[in-house]
Amino acid sequence: MMDFDWLMLFEISLAGLGSGGLYALAGLAFVLIYKATKVVNLAIGEMLMMGAYFFFAAASTMGWPIWLGIVAAVIGSGILGAVIERLLIRPMLGEAPISVFMITVGLSSILVGLVELIWGADQLRLPDFMPSDPVLLGEAMVSPKIFYGFLAAAVLIAGVLLVFRFWRGGVALRATACDQAAAYSMGIDVPRVFSMTWMVAAMVAAIAGIIVGSISSLSPTMGVFGLSVLVVVIVGGLDSVPGALIGGLLVGLVESWTGTYLGGEFKLLATFSLLVLILMVRPYGLFGTHEIERL
Amino acid sequence: MRIGSAKETYAQDGALFDSRTQWALLGVLGLALLVFPFVASQYWLYLACLVAINVASATGLNILTGYTGQVSLGQAAFMGVGAYAVAILEKQLGTPVLLNLLGAGGAAMLVGLVVGIPSLRVKGLYLAIATIAASFILHFVFANWTRVTGGTAGLNVPPAKIFGLALDTEFRLYWLVVPITVLMLAGAANLFRTRIGRAFVAIRDRDISAEVLGIPLLRYKLLSFGLSSFYAGVAGGLWAYFFRSVTPESFPLLMSIFFLAAIIVGGMGSILGGILGAVFMTLIPEVLKLVVGWLPNANEAMVLLAPVRTIVFGVLIVGFLIFEPHGLAEIWRRIRRFFHLWPFRS
Repeated sequence: MMDFDWLMLFEISLAGLGSGGLYALAGLAFVLIYKATKVVNLAIGEMLMMGAYFFFAAASTMGWPIWLGIVAAVIGSGILGAVIERLLIRPMLGEAPISVFMITVGLSSILVGLVELIWGADQLRLPDFMPSDPVLLGEAMVSPKIFYGFLAAAVLIAGVLLVFRFWRGGVALRATACDQAAAYSMGIDVPRVFSMTWMVAAMVAAIAGIIVGSISSLSPTMGVFGLSVLVVVIVGGLDSVPGALIGGLLVGLVESWTGTYLGGEFKLLATFSLLVLILMVRPYGLFGTHEIERL
Repeated sequence: MRIGSAKETYAQDGALFDSRTQWALLGVLGLALLVFPFVASQYWLYLACLVAINVASATGLNILTGYTGQVSLGQAAFMGVGAYAVAILEKQLGTPVLLNLLGAGGAAMLVGLVVGIPSLRVKGLYLAIATIAASFILHFVFANWTRVTGGTAGLNVPPAKIFGLALDTEFRLYWLVVPITVLMLAGAANLFRTRIGRAFVAIRDRDISAEVLGIPLLRYKLLSFGLSSFYAGVAGGLWAYFFRSVTPESFPLLMSIFFLAAIIVGGMGSILGGILGAVFMTLIPEVLKLVVGWLPNANEAMVLLAPVRTIVFGVLIVGFLIFEPHGLAEIWRRIRRFFHLWPFRS
């Protein structure tokens, strides 16, 4: 192993961290929903996809400028998130978690069907909006899309975290996540917090979707990304924001390494083996709270 | 009207069917199943076989999810194990059909037991996600263990042979598929009159309490996984004989979701629910096809059929969960209750 290509490993790792940033962003959207409403949202990948398609509709079909397209997609996704919460999640308040989980399974099916109905099942290309010069970090070359995607994801994650630290609504959300009954009695409008959480999460997911869509391409099968996100949040712990971030980077790295050294078909295998491993060793994830069950 | 179903012994109380009317209706149903292949067209026979296979698999999932409360999204992958087992046994060894089907069930059962091991440590949603992982790992094995599974090209299955008679038409297959499904249904229905079945229900209702009552959780959860995947394996074996070709893409995650949806729509924790759900969900796409065929510009509408089917699928899951969480079985029960005292009280 004398002539092991360290530079290549470095480049691959950077690429992995880059896509890991996107996983972290999507994982953040997932954790937001889980923390506030205790819903395991299997449709997270489809919500990403909807954001990307909204962007496509605004920027490509309608020919709006890129920035306006992004804003429109984010707002559209926010509205979609609120509608989903109101129509599907609200009636299920207090039901078994598994039923709500199945609701999101149904939701993902509905969203995929809608996208195929409106935009067709073929792949689409989003308009290019990121600089295309390769980025050099030291000696290593990083694909510009992944680099700027990571940058955008990092900025957005920081922004969301700051908002939830200091904004009143963010405090309300954290209070609700901490203790629903106490939050109620302190005068917090919990149902509104729920609907706000879904809106914000859908918006975050939309941005992640736009970045993912412009790195690869747009198709109704994009929701598969959501399966990796599921692994990310399980690895990190369902209710832990730092867990989602670290889990995202970890899964990105693992996928990138196995994809290069073993071949593309091993990617999902590696991700899910990681998932099984974590479930066996730490079922509540790296940073999740270990819930104690009482009779 | 139904009156006077007083019971004098515990055996009567635990019986599956407690009135003569029910036995009579069952007889009529059995007769209908016997006559059906002689009057139905080939298309309907095809559907009947498909429905029967799905009923068998959905019933297996119902044992695990509906009765034991362990949500699994790996049913299709277990079916895949059974289908591959049948394909390999039939091609390499040429053993008799029934033995192959048992082998398929056994192979799936072994895999199911392995997948079930985490069920003591993780439960609920975590378990559901672990079974997703298992189904992807199995898919990887199907696609890449080329020497045994034929890789992405898959395997072709020769037609099943019973006493030298090749079961290569829907009419002949019907006599293999439907009796086996009926047998499996009877087995499942009787399972819940036994100690094991009752233990499953206790685990579903509250696993910690069940353990306190002296039910060894690991053993019974694994047993439930094993039984459920045995059903899936046999159903997968029938599937292999029915479609005569097995590829890794034959058993996607979507199919597992289909079975979960079937028992939700039908009614979890009810044998009748599993049957109704599987029948309903299998026939819905056909009904949609029929409806689209009536539209004025049918050819253009056909293009939209696939997405509409996906949407209807999702809407059914969501709609039943929100409006009728106990599924079709509950609707059926309501109809029956209405007629119990019918002319006198409505």
